[in-house]
Amino acid sequence: MHLAHYLRLLHRSQTALAEAFREIRRGHPHEPDMYGVCERLAVQCRDQARWLEPFVRRYEPWTSPSPEPERLHQPLFAGTRPGGLGLLRDLHDLYLLATECDIACAMIAQGAQGARDDELLDVVRRCGGELAVQLLWLRTRMRHAAPQALVVAY
Amino acid sequence: MPEPIADHGGRRTPYGPPGGVERLAAALPGRLRDALPAEIGVGSPWPVRVDTYLDEGVTEADVDVWVQNVSAVQSSGDALDIAVRDGRIVGVRGRGVDRVNHGRIDPRDRHGPSTAGDGTRLTRPMIREDGRLVECDWDTAMGRIAGRSKELLEAPGGWGRLGFYTGGRLLLEEHYTLAVIAKAGIATPHVDGSTRVGDATAAAALTASFGADGQPGSYTDVDHCDAIALWGQDMAESRVVWERMLDRRLGPRPPAMIAVDPQETQVAKEADVHLPVRSGTNVALMNALLHELIAGNRYDAAYVARHTLGFAELCRVVEAYPPKRAAEICAVPAALIEQAAEILGSCERLVSTVLPGFYRSNQATAAACQVNNLHLLRGMLGRPGAGLFQMTGRPAGQHARETGASGELPGMRNWENPDHVRELAELWNVDLAAIPHWGPPTHAMQIFRYAEQGSIRLLWISAADPVVSLPHADRVSKVLGSEELFLVVQDLYLTETARLADVVLPAAGWGEKPGTVTGADRTVHLCERAVEPPGEARADLDIFLDYARRMGFRDRDGAPLIGWHDAESAFEAWKACSKGRPCDCTGITYDRLRGGSGVQWPCTPSTGHGAERLYAGGRFATDPGVCQSFGHDLATGAEWGAECYCAKEPHGRAFLHAAHYEPSSEAIGDGRPLYWDPVSKQPIYSVATYSVATVPVTLDAVPDTETTEVGGAGGGAEADGVVPVEVSQRLEEV
Repeated sequence: MHLAHYLRLLHRSQTALAEAFREIRRGHPHEPDMYGVCERLAVQCRDQARWLEPFVRRYEPWTSPSPEPERLHQPLFAGTRPGGLGLLRDLHDLYLLATECDIACAMIAQGAQGARDDELLDVVRRCGGELAVQLLWLRTRMRHAAPQALVVAY
Repeated sequence: MPEPIADHGGRRTPYGPPGGVERLAAALPGRLRDALPAEIGVGSPWPVRVDTYLDEGVTEADVDVWVQNVSAVQSSGDALDIAVRDGRIVGVRGRGVDRVNHGRIDPRDRHGPSTAGDGTRLTRPMIREDGRLVECDWDTAMGRIAGRSKELLEAPGGWGRLGFYTGGRLLLEEHYTLAVIAKAGIATPHVDGSTRVGDATAAAALTASFGADGQPGSYTDVDHCDAIALWGQDMAESRVVWERMLDRRLGPRPPAMIAVDPQETQVAKEADVHLPVRSGTNVALMNALLHELIAGNRYDAAYVARHTLGFAELCRVVEAYPPKRAAEICAVPAALIEQAAEILGSCERLVSTVLPGFYRSNQATAAACQVNNLHLLRGMLGRPGAGLFQMTGRPAGQHARETGASGELPGMRNWENPDHVRELAELWNVDLAAIPHWGPPTHAMQIFRYAEQGSIRLLWISAADPVVSLPHADRVSKVLGSEELFLVVQDLYLTETARLADVVLPAAGWGEKPGTVTGADRTVHLCERAVEPPGEARADLDIFLDYARRMGFRDRDGAPLIGWHDAESAFEAWKACSKGRPCDCTGITYDRLRGGSGVQWPCTPSTGHGAERLYAGGRFATDPGVCQSFGHDLATGAEWGAECYCAKEPHGRAFLHAAHYEPSSEAIGDGRPLYWDPVSKQPIYSVATYSVATVPVTLDAVPDTETTEVGGAGGGAEADGVVPVEVSQRLEEV
């Protein structure tokens, strides 16, 4: 069984996403709308990661050691960049990071069904719902920023 | 001048609600009402009381001429006549024939119209030469603006280098003309106004729940109602509407009154139930009230089933807010919440008004939507006495939103709907691609951010003083004063913002130019020119028309893009734009407005009357082809998009948006002030609520309508993507 590996992968990605939301807020302090939303989404990601912890413990004893998920984990976001284009690139990175969480969530939901674990299924579905809104927000924000950043800015 | 407040007591005009027959008659469409026998009174029973304020020593006999106009200090649209003697304004008088105010006016209106003669006004254009502003002629000033605009437009992406920001003095025709210049001439989405602070929440909440902007109710609902709920509002600030409510309270069968306001205002003292909630907890309170209505089965189940979407989700959310829990969050006794719920659940005709305590607060749009939900649950819309007002603060706010000068497309069109954009392209005879519709119009804070980053190089500010009125005053003034930004300021006075400008244009004030204004209950009023503007000052409309001429904006066939030349022809152009939309004005003409009462939109030529209430029969503007927006997540502003919206199959049903209470991420409680407010000269401890009553409004400051909103430039953790005015950064900077 490898469920705990995948749970740890998701946990790590969500923690990274939470930190990335914080960092992007700090890195772009003068963007008028970033503070409230990023702070909120950071809290949401951190909470999601916490919900997973009991399940990591639940499946740990059954899980065989494997280096595979470690290799899977790649840092997608490494610090903010300045300016309008920088903001767009940062949001782009966050989008990829959120996508990683999203697909991991979907796979764990599949695994949870295989393990007949309704409790886990419920948690990852809730995570998935919140992630969908996060992805939508990132997309919305990037779509708004792109024309000015790509065509107008010097 | 008589002392306004003290005078109120002696001049009250108490009245009772009309009888059942009259109420039935009031629910009929206008043309059917005309056919009723004369003994059925269909007019409002609110007595007429004509308020007159004349300069000392002037009597009505001394007045040469009375010129029709509308209040410059209130968004309610109080109609008044300006007294003119020897080409000078000597007073004001309420218009008794008008449906909105029945002759009453706010004492501050005396100082609303023109200040042409007071010597403080700008009288000649100015340009910056060697770092100093020097007077020049119009040709030089306008030539310089047009020259710089053309230079910027030459390079690829030129559209994105120009931005426009407007304020409270512009009339409907001026807002519409500017919207066409910006959206079709320059083809930039960067147009917004000071409506972003406050008004935008009202618009967002109405659009989210009902599909389109526009107040569902009519002021006549105050005549018929048996309960009034004032949400986060010091209603006394909107004096004429407040007087109407007080007159009902003094008459027979008075309505019950609920007030939600953290402070002990005049309104709070009048109310039967006053809920002094902790700032920023409005959503928790609203959820508890909705919880009580649903748990006690005191909602209109048939209306909810037939005319709304999202009831199950709303139930699931409000279930978590029994009064006891809300009482802890909001710091009010649970018994008070139950008492309020009792009134809200048992009344038959409820009038609600929502104002700054909700808008300039934590979870603003979500809280305002819960008031919409309350009316939807009880079926309190679209019939006499059942009225809902998401009030706005400034006289120009409503028509700025309609005409597309404040973060919308003109005519309340949906930028995500290609058919709506095509309608505009056909109307203006321009290419579809010319109209920026890849995203929503840029919001004010983002416009200033682009200017700060240097991608907007020309910013044209008309009738606003953002250096004083926007958050981050120091940053705003640094941005506007930067060498790289070409700043145009069009105003009455040499404001703080104007001092930073490269070109200053002297504009005409209220009463010095003709045009129309839409009031809060959708009533369109006419303003005629009472006096000439001082010196060489010009009407804002004439300035925009001059700019359009110099820029040579053309349509697809080479004809001028702006085909109108004065206020009346601009209004006719606007009528064509409004056709078929919720704000249809095609039945309104200047002649119709002249002499009589204001007329509400929608008003088509076939009806001859404006529709008094929207959404009669529970039919909302939510069909995908009609709606103004495909909606967004209230907490983040993430756009749902057309596909997701259509999948909900709204079919003209309203949306019940549920929201959990979330504490503001900006809340602090250690007693230290958040910041020093430059206007009230007071430390501000909380951004979660704001009441204009705390700022002493000096009458001398009133002529500049901006001052009424200056102190309101606070904001909460509102993050619906529409009104992100943010104070937290100020926190970091203090």
